[in-house]
Amino acid sequence: MARLKFLCDADRCIECNACVTACKNENEVPWGINRRRVVTINDGKPGERSISMACMHCTDAPCKAVCPVDCFYNTADGIVLHSKDLCIGCGYCFYACPFGAPQYPRVGNFGSRGKMDKCTYCAGGPEADLTAAEYQKYGANRIAEGKLPLCAEMCSTKSLLAGDGEIIAAIYKERVLKRGYGSGAWGWKTAYRETIDV
Amino acid sequence: MTRTGHDRRWSARGIAAALTLLLAVLLALPAATGSAFAQVNPTTEAVREEQLMQALDRVTGRVSIPDRNAATLIQVEGQEWRAYHERTLAWIGGIAILGMLAVLAVFYLVRGRIRTDAGPSGRTIVRFKWFERFVHWLTASCFVILALSGLNVAFGKSLLLPLIGPEAFSTFSMAAKYAHNYLSFPFTLGLVLMFFIWALRNIPNRVDVAWFAQGGGIIGKAHPPAGKFNAGQKVLFWLVILVGAAIAVSGYILMFPFYGTTIAGMQTAQVVHGLLGVLLTAVILGHIYIGTLGMEGAFDAMGNGEVDLNWARQHHSLWVDEEEHKVAEGKQRVPPAAVPAE
Repeated sequence: MARLKFLCDADRCIECNACVTACKNENEVPWGINRRRVVTINDGKPGERSISMACMHCTDAPCKAVCPVDCFYNTADGIVLHSKDLCIGCGYCFYACPFGAPQYPRVGNFGSRGKMDKCTYCAGGPEADLTAAEYQKYGANRIAEGKLPLCAEMCSTKSLLAGDGEIIAAIYKERVLKRGYGSGAWGWKTAYRETIDV
Repeated sequence: MTRTGHDRRWSARGIAAALTLLLAVLLALPAATGSAFAQVNPTTEAVREEQLMQALDRVTGRVSIPDRNAATLIQVEGQEWRAYHERTLAWIGGIAILGMLAVLAVFYLVRGRIRTDAGPSGRTIVRFKWFERFVHWLTASCFVILALSGLNVAFGKSLLLPLIGPEAFSTFSMAAKYAHNYLSFPFTLGLVLMFFIWALRNIPNRVDVAWFAQGGGIIGKAHPPAGKFNAGQKVLFWLVILVGAAIAVSGYILMFPFYGTTIAGMQTAQVVHGLLGVLLTAVILGHIYIGTLGMEGAFDAMGNGEVDLNWARQHHSLWVDEEEHKVAEGKQRVPPAAVPAE
């Protein structure tokens, strides 16, 4: 069974934000929510690197572990999804997530949060696949259509890779060998407890 | 073609020679000056993830999003917080609360209900006036609901969710969360009022040292003298005020997320809030025990404000003397005698 992961090749990312735009458009992400974002390290200095970051769909996801109402679940492919119907907007998943993936619409009393929203790997949610209800709550379900997340598909330099973990690790390894350097698969140690040895 | 004197200085051959010389000098320079002019390849010297992760707890960069939290790429303290919340807090809370219940059960079985030795006197004395009782019950009832809704956050998914199912549990938890957030205000008000009405009476003194030395009458059968509040009550008072205040402050930080705090601040606030919350809950269980089941005649103090005179003499002898002194000096009217029980 494929184990779906994300890998952002920091040496190829040009900070074009096509992934961010693609995600926002495909999933009708509301204003103020950023399911995917591009972070630039050492901006303006030699060795500047940009990384596109959204939910990494971790093995043993910390968000899932701390949720007081247990609203998260794993799909068979290893995608981490949650139910907005069960979510009480407590914010614990954001405190636990190493990558800052959970986002909140901030509607409610005392700065309270509303229902958590995050990258779904374009796999929708617990509603029935490809229904209007699912789209309205969670965005597109491309996985059910046999497609990969749009962010990776739209990446202009193919730095953001999405797909079976072994396949994208192999692609990345090949690149590192070919060009002679690689700053590493950012987030893999934290999310999947593995590194890509080259 | 004739050439002028100027042209002769800049012939094509001359230019070629000058350029060759320049090139030779430039190529020789690295050898001459060492690495200062060496090729710099910024791509091979790029930051690597392991490097940054070892140097910092969190990796931040620049983002074009106004939300400052988005600039953090990786924060691994989240995993430490997760381990604390799911394991450490669960153990501490479980041991504190179940442990306290076990201790109280054992204490009751061994010591039994603490009786008024002289028996009911048929006369009462006013112990707490209506405002004192109001403040106590305001704080107490808020605390009970706050404690239960707080425990639901920590333990609900293990204990309650399997019983009622995810939808019902989620609805209940949502209501519990609102109750918890809104009741924080009257609870805090209660704490502040409690401080103002009772702080002076709860300042420790020598009587308290003697009270502790004699086991407070709880361990052993002594009846050490005490004022309006005995030493044990004073300990409880200051615990409630100080720990309660810490819980309130950390709670407000949690309730207004990122108003001046970073994610590390929020995690710290949650650690403080949860830990002190379960510990104070365990302490209050002891307080509830002694005020209801554990001691005959104690509940009346907060129930209707009047306590049996023999009870008062046994447990708060100095306070009774004080009150009788006030009556004798005409500062206070005689407290109404209770109608003897039929």
